[in-house]
Parts: sequence; C-alpha cells; structure tokens
Amino acid sequence: MSENGKPGTQWSSWEVFVQAKSGDPHVHVGNVHAPDGELAIQNARDVYTRRNEGISLWVVPSENIIATSPSDSGPFFDPANDKIFRHTKFYSTPKGVRGV
Amino acid sequence: MTTNTEENTRKNIIEFLIRFGDDRLILGHRLSEWCGHAPILEEDIALANIALDCIGQASSLLKLAVEIEGENRSEDDLAYLRNEREFKNIQLVEQPNEDFAYTIVRQFFYDTFAVLYLEKLQNSSLEDLAGIAAKSLKESKYHFRHSKEWMLRLGDGTEFSNQKVQSAVNDLWQFTDELFYEDEINTQLIEAGIIFPADEIKTEWIKIINEIFSRAKILLPRDGGMIYGGRNGIHSEYLGHLLAEMQIVARSYPNAKW
Repeated sequence: MSENGKPGTQWSSWEVFVQAKSGDPHVHVGNVHAPDGELAIQNARDVYTRRNEGISLWVVPSENIIATSPSDSGPFFDPANDKIFRHTKFYSTPKGVRGV
Repeated sequence: MTTNTEENTRKNIIEFLIRFGDDRLILGHRLSEWCGHAPILEEDIALANIALDCIGQASSLLKLAVEIEGENRSEDDLAYLRNEREFKNIQLVEQPNEDFAYTIVRQFFYDTFAVLYLEKLQNSSLEDLAGIAAKSLKESKYHFRHSKEWMLRLGDGTEFSNQKVQSAVNDLWQFTDELFYEDEINTQLIEAGIIFPADEIKTEWIKIINEIFSRAKILLPRDGGMIYGGRNGIHSEYLGHLLAEMQIVARSYPNAKW
C-alpha cells in the first residue's frame, strides 16, 4: 500500500473517539488499523458506529498520543490521595448558597 | 382495457422488483464470501457490512414483490427456491471475487450506478418502492465512498496494485452496459411514473467513472462488445455455482426454522 507497505505489513494504528449525541464529548472507544485518515474514519464507522452509537467520529494516529508510562503512576497520581483539600467534598457548602 | 393495463403494470412491477432485488441478493452473497478472508480485519468487517446492507435491500425488494404478487410466497422462497434461469440480476454482480481489486472494481461500477439510480427512484409514485429507495440510498452512498476510496488508493498505489485494478477493469467493463439495460417492462413503468429511465443517469455515471479513473491512473477500456442477458435469465457460468452454495441449506432442509 503506502511506501512502507510490503504485503502482510500491518497498517498503522488509529485511536477512535465517538460522540454519542450533539454536545457530548467525544469518548475514546478503541482503535483501528488503516493506511490513512479517510480509511481510518471508514473503518472506525464500520467497527464502532454500526448500531447507532454516535453522530460524530474522530480518529487520531496512535503515535500522536503522548501517554504517561506505568512508572510515572506513583509520582503523578498518588500524592492526590492525602491532599483531601484538593477534592470539592472537603469544603462544606455554606447555608444559603443555591444552585450548586 | 383499464384492467388489462393495471394487470400489466402489476406484473411489470413484480418483475422490476425481482430484477432489482436479485442484483443486491447476488452481489451481497458474493461479498459475503470475503467474510473471514479479507486482507485485514477492518476490511473484513467493512465488506461483511456492505454484504449485509445488500442482502437487506434485496430482502425488502423481494418482499414487496411477493406481497404484490399475493400468491403466498415469501422473499425466502424467491431467494432459495428459484433456479438459475429465474434469476434476473445483471451479470456484473455474479462475477467471482477473484481478488480484492476485482471485488472493489465490481463494487465501484455498481455503487456508482446504485447511488445515481436510487436518487431518482426515491421519487417513485409507488410509495413502498420510494421508501425502500430512500433508505437504500443512504447505505449505497456509504458503499460508494468505500469503493471509490479504494479505487483511488489501489489505482494510484503501487505499480502492482495499479495493474491489478486495471486488469479487473479490463475484464469487467463488458458487463457495465447491462446496468442501463431496459426493455418494454421499463418503458411501461416509466410511463406510469413508477421508475425512471436509466439513460438519464448514464452520462453522469460515465462522468464519475472517468473522473475517478483519471485520479486513480486507470485507463478506460476502448469500446468493445458488451454482454447482456441477466435481465432475461441468461447468466454466465458462475451464477449456478453461487446458487448451489447459497441455496443448499434451504433446499436440503425445506421449511427449516432457525
């Protein structure tokens, strides 16, 4: 297919995001293989939206996702546990406040 | 006199629905043969989805045919219990899959026609037919997008993929004019406002084929002989084998339910 495409070579991977209805965020649902963006959209449509799951699709090359690594999980996420003041439930709502 | 014309129209509608339904049934079955064999998982799913759409469209059209016929037959009877000569699909759709390029070219010729014709047919004065056409059009537009994009990628891909597409085009071109085949059945239904002349869309069909071929670096075959016959039950050697496989379960276990 493409310039690196020998027969049998796997196509590149694309992450798929589906928006269920207007105004909703696009939610990650999985990934597909495709040689380019247009075919990634088509493959995503066939794999993830055949049963009315959504009204809009995004595909992003998987290699463009910058991710944390498992070894980051301690320094990145653990400190949140003992800083309870970072959570809204730490604060009580004063009487008389409406619409919260 | 009036009753005669009405009876004639009724018969012609049934025949048209069977012709149009058989195109989709046979093409759908051909595509389903890819299931589990496509070059990549995603494409396997895509081809199976398109196959299911085609068979669904066939089911609606043949169901309408037997309803109008009123002889207590079902659409399954039409699909599984007719013989080769009773099938009225064009010969293009019964041609074997050969390889992926061949399948895509066959589909591209057909989808381009289907989209253009269904756009007309959704205005049919026969309400049920108009409804089926409108629903099928949405599906066919997606099928067209799929086959068109593959034409561009394979045609304008590697030298090898280009050759594959070109050779499929050269082989299948002779079956394309049958898409536009019309006889007295069409003429009468056109007069009744139930269907539309296929030659109205022929120019547009050729325009789209030319445009995609030029972008895909594929050459239009020189005008040669065209093959017809499917609409009158004359088929290539391939249909019989397809039917044998498609019908064996239904014929081996008559009236089985599952």
